[in-house]
Amino acid sequence: MSTEARNPPPQIALKIRRLLGGKAGWNGVAIQFAFAAILGWIGYEIVSNARANLENQHIAAGFGFLRNNAGFDVNQTLISYTGSDTFLRVFMVGLLNTLVVSVVGIIFATLIGFIVALCRLSPNWLLSRVGEIYIEIIRNLPVLFQILFWYLAVLAALPNPRQSISLLGIAFISNRGLVIPSPIGGSGLQPFLAMLALGVVASLALRFYARRALFQEGRMIRIWPTVLGMLVGLPLATMLVFGLPFTFELPQLKGFNFAGGSRIIPEFVALTLALSTYTAAFIAEIVRAGILSVHKGQMEAGASLGLSRGATLRLVVVPQAMRVIVPPLTNQYLNLTKNSSLAVAIGYPDLVSVFAGTSLSQTGQAIEIIAMTMGIYLLISLLTSAIMSVYGWRVSRSLGA
Amino acid sequence: MSDIASSSFVRKDLLTERPAPVKTTGFVGLMRTRLFNSPTNILLTIVGVLLLWFTIIPSVRFLMVDAVWSGKDRAACLTENAGFAVGACWPYIQAKLPQLIYGFYPEAERWRVDLTFILAVALLVPLLVPRLPAKGINASLFFFAFPVVAFFLLHGGGIKGFGLSWTAGVLELFDDSIIGAGQAVLGVGKTSAVAPLLWVVGNLILLVGVAISWVILPLTWLRDQIQGTGQPVWGDFAVTTVIVSLIAFSLGGGLRTGWRALASSIAAFIAIAIVIKLMGLDRGGLPVVTTNLWGGLLVTLVVSVTGIVTSLPIGIALALGRRSTIPLIRIFSIAFIEFWRGVPLITVLFFATYMLPLFFPGNFTVDGLVRALIGIALFTGAYQAENVRGGLAAIPRGQGEAAAALGLSWWKTTSLIVLPQALRHVIPNLVNSFISLFKDTSLVSIVALFDLLGSLRASFSDPKWSTPSTAFTGFAFAGIIYFIFCFGMSRYSLFVEHRLNAHRRN
Repeated sequence: MSTEARNPPPQIALKIRRLLGGKAGWNGVAIQFAFAAILGWIGYEIVSNARANLENQHIAAGFGFLRNNAGFDVNQTLISYTGSDTFLRVFMVGLLNTLVVSVVGIIFATLIGFIVALCRLSPNWLLSRVGEIYIEIIRNLPVLFQILFWYLAVLAALPNPRQSISLLGIAFISNRGLVIPSPIGGSGLQPFLAMLALGVVASLALRFYARRALFQEGRMIRIWPTVLGMLVGLPLATMLVFGLPFTFELPQLKGFNFAGGSRIIPEFVALTLALSTYTAAFIAEIVRAGILSVHKGQMEAGASLGLSRGATLRLVVVPQAMRVIVPPLTNQYLNLTKNSSLAVAIGYPDLVSVFAGTSLSQTGQAIEIIAMTMGIYLLISLLTSAIMSVYGWRVSRSLGA
Repeated sequence: MSDIASSSFVRKDLLTERPAPVKTTGFVGLMRTRLFNSPTNILLTIVGVLLLWFTIIPSVRFLMVDAVWSGKDRAACLTENAGFAVGACWPYIQAKLPQLIYGFYPEAERWRVDLTFILAVALLVPLLVPRLPAKGINASLFFFAFPVVAFFLLHGGGIKGFGLSWTAGVLELFDDSIIGAGQAVLGVGKTSAVAPLLWVVGNLILLVGVAISWVILPLTWLRDQIQGTGQPVWGDFAVTTVIVSLIAFSLGGGLRTGWRALASSIAAFIAIAIVIKLMGLDRGGLPVVTTNLWGGLLVTLVVSVTGIVTSLPIGIALALGRRSTIPLIRIFSIAFIEFWRGVPLITVLFFATYMLPLFFPGNFTVDGLVRALIGIALFTGAYQAENVRGGLAAIPRGQGEAAAALGLSWWKTTSLIVLPQALRHVIPNLVNSFISLFKDTSLVSIVALFDLLGSLRASFSDPKWSTPSTAFTGFAFAGIIYFIFCFGMSRYSLFVEHRLNAHRRN
């Protein structure tokens, strides 16, 4: 005769207490209700005041205004836009401008940051001092100060288009911005792109195969000549067969300004310069800290295994340093994206400038517009932190294994 | 014996001296080991020298050698008049200096700004030097008394009542709002499907409102009596002193141990009375200077000091909330922190400038500077919360458990055991946040406040001083000011970090 294990008593009161008050017991329940009441009261005050104020100002709440005509021009648009487009279109234009300046800034910031970090780590005393001076000066000045400095002082001091500074005769810098040759698609464009894509896919597949061969059978396959051939040779061959994929239209000085080529507005140049040099100083410190965080013994262990210095760096030191570098680096990328909103100070048409600035002053829909603007930035940063937590989970898993 | 002597080798003369080891210290050693020890390093050194040559030399030439040091207007700084390629135009800074420091603050009243600066320095320096005593009094003076005094000094104006009247006023406002909410619910209830429920809820809220109005009746009655006498400020002050001192006396332990609390409370009120008398707050105070006249470095410092003072309590509260065991408070804190940390400061300032006024009652206008300050306090508070949370996480659980074993309440555990240790841990991080706050104050120039950067930008448009080098001169000057403040703070943070890690030094 076997006795069944008795079910534990239900303890309903305990469960309710847990549900309502967490671990803090009945005290917690009371505090929670008081807190909810206060929040509710504040929420009620805000809503009722906002409703009364909007009624006084004769503003209709809601997102209906997004379908109205904007009626103002934007001086840099990635998608087609005219003054007769809607506010929703303005929002998209601004968002794309924000994203493009952020991406370009991130690329340059990473480049400059790694170079400065290498200077800082260099055994050469003078070069590491130069890196240190750069970092100290840049980090101790406000980023808005630097944006205005580049825009109001440096770019404004450049000559007008007629006396513009020529870079090898193909690009010109003047106080109207940077003029560069613009590519124009030719007859061979589609086969060229197709072959390029094919080359990239094939190289990735080859790399995957080579790594498997190395890890599972211990065979080393040298893939770089093949990859080079596929990435450079294939498109070159198509170019020979089908003709040039695109030609460049060179800018020409006509009258007081340039014709042809594509013009990058000075606001964009100033913003990219300031954001990338500013963020680079922070990235340099992150990279330096990451590389210094790898213990000296790792390098020595690599050497004792007979790996060359380059191979030790590539296979032992850098992967461990990346673990330390990547999370704060992403944080800096996010900061750069958020700082790009300072574009409003110099009139670069980013999201804040055209949407929270011009559109807000035209429509007066403060609540909707600011909520949308904040929401977009919040979305970007939440996405980034979600990706980072996945990365952290993978790192901790690989460490545990 | 002789056999051994003949077979063994005995040196008869001294060895020649070995050459001295290669010097690795001093300038020559530095050159040999860190600059010219290999061909690559020689190349890098040359690159470094070239970099310095093309940055330092032109800057020094611009700031010193080619600079113009005196003049009355732009004519002095033009190349045609000076006879050489003009660098910095310092007379422009001399002419604009008052604007860059005080903005449009009336010239006759500028002593008030100077006095505030002096007070701030006098309170801040002893707080920052670790060896000086009386940190508690000093900190409370800087964080509580100084902001109030600075407000009445900078803004001017007087007071019409004191603690009792203000408390009564706030409670009355609160009660009115509750009664209003109850009536609104009743109004909705007439047409709604869940009318009986809303009727009950509305009447319940009304009941609470009426009950509160009965509870605060003695307070409002006393307030009306005091306002009726000829001396509202001093009458109110006396009543408040008595009430607060009695509360401090009884909370301090009554007849047994409360005397100390009573004495310090009375001393504090005497100090307050002296300040009120000195500044004549009961007779209208100093002439009012509205905040739209403030500008320059004054606004930069006001915004950053207010941000520092207000963000810390917000940050501590949010950090404790985030670690709370009560679900709603924890969720609220997490959402609040992540929201403000996820958006750029400039959108927060737009929010504070355009959206916040809609949330207040229509007859209630908020000053532009105060709006920006609210935005900055919320924004920085969220960042400080994460700093403080880092410190709280660094305190071993055993500390809290030991306090619980001694029978201390949550409040006592937190305020006496955990927080002091946690805050000490994160002083460097807090100072780093203050540095970024100080740099971020420049953003208020975008929402039409003239801080240092805003005043600088405004001064560029003055045709009297428009020369090719004006912008560079202005940026050089402002840059030096920003650099001194930020670099000073970062060195201080390093110093504190070094001191805190003294036990880890090897």
